[in-house]
Amino acid sequence: MSFIKKSPWMFHYDGSSCNGCDIEVLACLMPMYDIERFGVINTGNPKHSDILLITGSINRQNEDVVKTLYGQMGNPKVVIAIGTCAASGGIFAECYNILGGVNTTIPVDLYVPGCAARPEAIIDGVIQALDILEEKQKQRKKGKVTK
Amino acid sequence: MNTVFYTTIGYILLAPFVGGLLMGLDRIVTARMQSRVGPPVLQPFYDVFKLFGKDKLTVNQFHNYYLVCFFIFILVSGSMFFAGNDLLMVIFAFIVADVLLILAAYSTNSPYSSIGAERELLQMLSAEPMILLSAVGLYMVTGSFKVSAIVSCEKPLIVYLPGVFLGLTYVLTIKLRKSPFDLSTSHHAHQELVKGITTEFAGPALAVIEIVHWYETILLLGMIYLFFAFNPVLGVVVVVFVYFLEVLVDNTNARIKWELMLKSAWMVTIIVGGGNLFVLYYVLRL
Repeated sequence: MSFIKKSPWMFHYDGSSCNGCDIEVLACLMPMYDIERFGVINTGNPKHSDILLITGSINRQNEDVVKTLYGQMGNPKVVIAIGTCAASGGIFAECYNILGGVNTTIPVDLYVPGCAARPEAIIDGVIQALDILEEKQKQRKKGKVTK
Repeated sequence: MNTVFYTTIGYILLAPFVGGLLMGLDRIVTARMQSRVGPPVLQPFYDVFKLFGKDKLTVNQFHNYYLVCFFIFILVSGSMFFAGNDLLMVIFAFIVADVLLILAAYSTNSPYSSIGAERELLQMLSAEPMILLSAVGLYMVTGSFKVSAIVSCEKPLIVYLPGVFLGLTYVLTIKLRKSPFDLSTSHHAHQELVKGITTEFAGPALAVIEIVHWYETILLLGMIYLFFAFNPVLGVVVVVFVYFLEVLVDNTNARIKWELMLKSAWMVTIIVGGGNLFVLYYVLRL
């Protein structure tokens, strides 16, 4: 049994989201959905986290921030892009300061589409990410380098 | 000699289990108070095992060294307590352990970690006088600083030391880092210092800090038990009740500023703790 599936700690970064998806991410932690049932804690600290949830597209100003946050997370780690903007840039894609989706900056493992993504969809995304986390953990133990 | 050996081994092996289960129950009770379902009881164990499987992200060479010393001193402090040794020695070993954690946090040079460490110092400054006073109070009634003598004392200590007990319960919230005194670090999501004193600890290092937290919780609850040692059943009931009270306070209070923490803790220490000792010394002539 892999313990990483039982205790995935997450933290949440707002790229340039309109706050719609952010509110839905926080709704997952509220009594109605209570994502802590699955052992998920919103740590707010990249060094303690296994899952990085990014909402909104990446712009020129926070590109470095996102790279730093990703670099500070210990392996194994998973990145989930929440919402249409995080997937492709969404309606902001044509803006002069927007680079596009999260995958323009860091590798993304899972996309949760929607504008805004529903809390049920976000929870589903997190649960699916657990399998990816476990797989990365196994490869890490075999000595293979995972991104 | 043999009993000392067995209690030491017993503490080192059993305290993490009991402490971890207590944390699991704590999280479920907290969740229910917030009308959530909450994680499984074994969640703290899952967390720790997971953390051991993560990358080691050590900031510098002293970082882990201090952490190991911190772990050892908590073990020494707790083992001495449960082996019935000198209570003063237990308290000072506990202080040394805390100082080592603070040094580890300072050594990282991270701003969040440093401010967390400063706040931890303030928390110690607020809590330690009351803890020392309770050792003095226990000495005045039982005539010994030895935990074994205090436990075997026939007198109902709570009747002599109600003020000291209240004061110790008050500073217990500070030592357990629960709201409203979770200034240096908090188990709750999102605080203003990222994770305060534990910000820079990742993976196995954080797991060690979690395990130490279980050890120190058991040690502190052991100190609460001392006041009811004349009746073990009552003692355990009171310990459970006090911990429940801590969870309740944790969930109903917002974090306060350090000035208020220091003032209130010292006020409680002087009025309730000091007043109790005053009565013992001048009125009861112990």
